[in-house]
Amino acid sequence: MTSYIIRRLLLMVLTLIGMSIIIFIMLRLVPGNIADILFDSAGFIDPQEKVLLEKELGLNLPLWEQYWNWISNLVQGKLGYSYVSELPAIDELAPRIPITAKLAGLSLFFSVLIGLPLGVISAVRQNTWADYVVRIVSLSGLSLPSFWLGLLILTAFVAWAGYIPIYTAPPETWYDEFALLIIPAAAVGFRASAIIMRLTRSSMLEVMRQDYVRTARSKGASENVINYKHALRNAILPVTTIIGIEAAFLIGGLIVTETVFNIPGVARFLVEAIQWRDYPIVQNLVMLIALIVVTVNLIVDLLYAVLDPRIRYS
Amino acid sequence: MTTPSSFSIEELPSTEVRRKGLWYHFRTFCRRYPLGAIGAAITLAFVFCAIFAELVTGVDPYTTNAADSLAAPGGAHMLGADVMGRDVFSRIIYGARISLMVGIGSTFLGCLFGVMIGLASGYLLGWFDLITQRIIDVMQALPLLVMALVMAASLGPSLENTIIAISIPLIPNVARIIRSNTLSLREMPFVESARAAGMSELRIAVRHVLPNTLAPLIVLATAQLGSAILTEASLSFLGLGIPEPHASWGRMLSESAAEYVRTAPWLVIFPGIAISLVVFGTNLLGDAVRDILDPRQRKT
Repeated sequence: MTSYIIRRLLLMVLTLIGMSIIIFIMLRLVPGNIADILFDSAGFIDPQEKVLLEKELGLNLPLWEQYWNWISNLVQGKLGYSYVSELPAIDELAPRIPITAKLAGLSLFFSVLIGLPLGVISAVRQNTWADYVVRIVSLSGLSLPSFWLGLLILTAFVAWAGYIPIYTAPPETWYDEFALLIIPAAAVGFRASAIIMRLTRSSMLEVMRQDYVRTARSKGASENVINYKHALRNAILPVTTIIGIEAAFLIGGLIVTETVFNIPGVARFLVEAIQWRDYPIVQNLVMLIALIVVTVNLIVDLLYAVLDPRIRYS
Repeated sequence: MTTPSSFSIEELPSTEVRRKGLWYHFRTFCRRYPLGAIGAAITLAFVFCAIFAELVTGVDPYTTNAADSLAAPGGAHMLGADVMGRDVFSRIIYGARISLMVGIGSTFLGCLFGVMIGLASGYLLGWFDLITQRIIDVMQALPLLVMALVMAASLGPSLENTIIAISIPLIPNVARIIRSNTLSLREMPFVESARAAGMSELRIAVRHVLPNTLAPLIVLATAQLGSAILTEASLSFLGLGIPEPHASWGRMLSESAAEYVRTAPWLVIFPGIAISLVVFGTNLLGDAVRDILDPRQRKT
């Protein structure tokens, strides 16, 4: 197990290094940098001033040197300065991370809350109308763009309550914050629940065909005991692995949902930074996202071995 | 694709097709996969609108008209008009064309490169396989939308670039699945006999291994079509996808998002219905295709 963890950690580092190279190159594929954007929008170009700005930001250095500066600083925990606000990137990111983390946690909670029970119902009542309804609901969850779901909820609020529940000022109490986050979290969570629903259903169906379920039935156990004690407990194992995929899925959903609900989290900030070609912010945020996805996947794999004694990594 | 792949032989014996006719199989499909049939109908309607947009609506989607700004649904504009007075219905119909182009274009590109990489990786093995697998690991560490966002931003907003930006994050998924299929196929007796008959490795890979990976590829491609369409909508919604004046569903929502939720909700509702319906249809179809082509799933 220890050697497996070490191997996985090494692989993780390798993946992150690869990611840093890819993201660094991708951001510099396009001609034009922040200096061009700032000067173009200002309307007039003083070449000398532009050269000065490029020098100040280190954009005149050769690419490999720019990359090396970024990585060596990143390893030391220095994230550089935002080109747009000129604040340290860490100061820009730090207050936004908890907002997105809360939203993501709440969304995950919703996705499990909706997905798991519906998946179980769908499997236990396979090929009945309940199964069909759940399958259609889960498929529509996958089909609705989460930003549209968010917009629909806003429209409904306007129609019935006469106001828009979007983030305008920082909430004062935890209750206010909860009330603000719960709607976008439900929108993202509903979409993410579809994956859990589908996986729970197929996993339950697979387990319910196993011999030990037949044995339980033949010894006269009630359907409830069979379904929930024997089947669900085993079926839930593969569902835990999906949380790794969910992490990536949730981040995608949060990007658009934060934009719709005007939530000042990191996901919306990423879009803004991309639009402004704010390299220090985009690079570091993408690395953060990659780190989260890779770490969650590792934790899930290890958790799987803990939950299921049949699995042994070597 | 000269050799028929094994699944089609199992699934639709050619003599059977001739004896019973296509109509019979169509009805069987509808009876056995009612949801799949609905999905196929929605997808076909969408493709029809995309190809024959001019026939479906006589109204030009780009004509602006200040007098009709934010006109409510009904009357001259069935689904209302946007702030520039452009007809929403006509823009939705023409938007199908953009969605279909991006959906099929990026899925095709993603599959094409994914198949080439996966086949080479699974067939050659060795260092080539090792390096491609690590690159795929790296690419899969980013969510599809984030990857597409950065790609779209670095390439710049245009139709072609949006297709490329969405196709690249699809490559690793395809490559993974084709690779694992190739790995098991290359040990099959028919590959061995082809080798014994003196066929070149490249010829074996292309003529014998590739056609047999077709079934999982079709399953994957239909599943990806919906997510490609959704990603395009999200990118355009965020202003990094299809530029103006193209009628893109995501773009239509982004214009209407903040301002018109109160005053013109039809601008929010109809393009969203179009996206959801099409993705729903392709997902239903994808599920049915998977049930038909993937024997392991069929048993459950």
